[in-house]
Amino acid sequence: MRLQILDSGHGIGTKALFALIRTVSRQPVLDVVKLVKYRSDFYGGPMSAVTQEAMRGPSTWSIGDRELIAAFVAKTNQCEFCTKTHAAVAQAAYHRDGKIVPDLSSDSDVADLSEPLRATLRMLGKLTREHAVNVDDMRAVLAAGASRQQIEDALAVCFSFNVISRLADAFGFFVPGPEAFKAGAKYLLARGYR
Amino acid sequence: MSDIRQARRTLTERILKGAAKASAPDRRAAFDDSGLPVPLGTLVDKVARYPHRVTDDDIAAARGAGLSEDQIFEIVVCAAVGQATRQCDAAVTALEAAARKA
Repeated sequence: MRLQILDSGHGIGTKALFALIRTVSRQPVLDVVKLVKYRSDFYGGPMSAVTQEAMRGPSTWSIGDRELIAAFVAKTNQCEFCTKTHAAVAQAAYHRDGKIVPDLSSDSDVADLSEPLRATLRMLGKLTREHAVNVDDMRAVLAAGASRQQIEDALAVCFSFNVISRLADAFGFFVPGPEAFKAGAKYLLARGYR
Repeated sequence: MSDIRQARRTLTERILKGAAKASAPDRRAAFDDSGLPVPLGTLVDKVARYPHRVTDDDIAAARGAGLSEDQIFEIVVCAAVGQATRQCDAAVTALEAAARKA
């Protein structure tokens, strides 16, 4: 972590919470948790409300789909921490729902997806890479069968992870081993982003 | 259906207008990715456009320019939220136009 305040500048109560997390999960506290708990009235509190609504609010996209969208946006931003975090949650969510887990490892289109989700990811990829999309891009997603509301819901996820992956890269989040991501995925699937 | 508009407004109001260590004009400039001098402007532009290219040296340069860690934290948050806001708003505008033509 590039800022010492984010690594160790928390109050006594938050440090006690981190000790509890380390004890229960037997994993290090993820840097994203340290970020949202630092002066949480400034960023962590209001941002968690945005992310909770985008990721766990009502939507016809499943939780697995939204976690996949999050991982895809992070991957497009070349953010290793967020890609691994949300790929792990997507995998757990799809597995829980008895669905095939899509493969995000390819640089081209993601396999095993419905056409509306594939077209939505294609549009979000352009938005994230080029910072803009046009009317024709949106018409293509609508023509693929995604509803206007589904596109708005996907843009909400995209907003959240265009913020979080930027912060992860800028602040230099440590990328731990797979067991830490597995523990994080278990927590996020059970408890969400509050 | 999920609706983040109110939560986004609350976030933006907080980071731009609430109590903070960085000045309100600097937070606004970071949000807009516009008008900050080097080296802070360089850091903000990287966060907005190429976040994976931010380095230890960029953060060290901001420190060297006299910013505290709290100020850097706030400025980077504002830069990230600002860029994500511009992208999201542009996409919603395109979606509304596409829906009208459909």
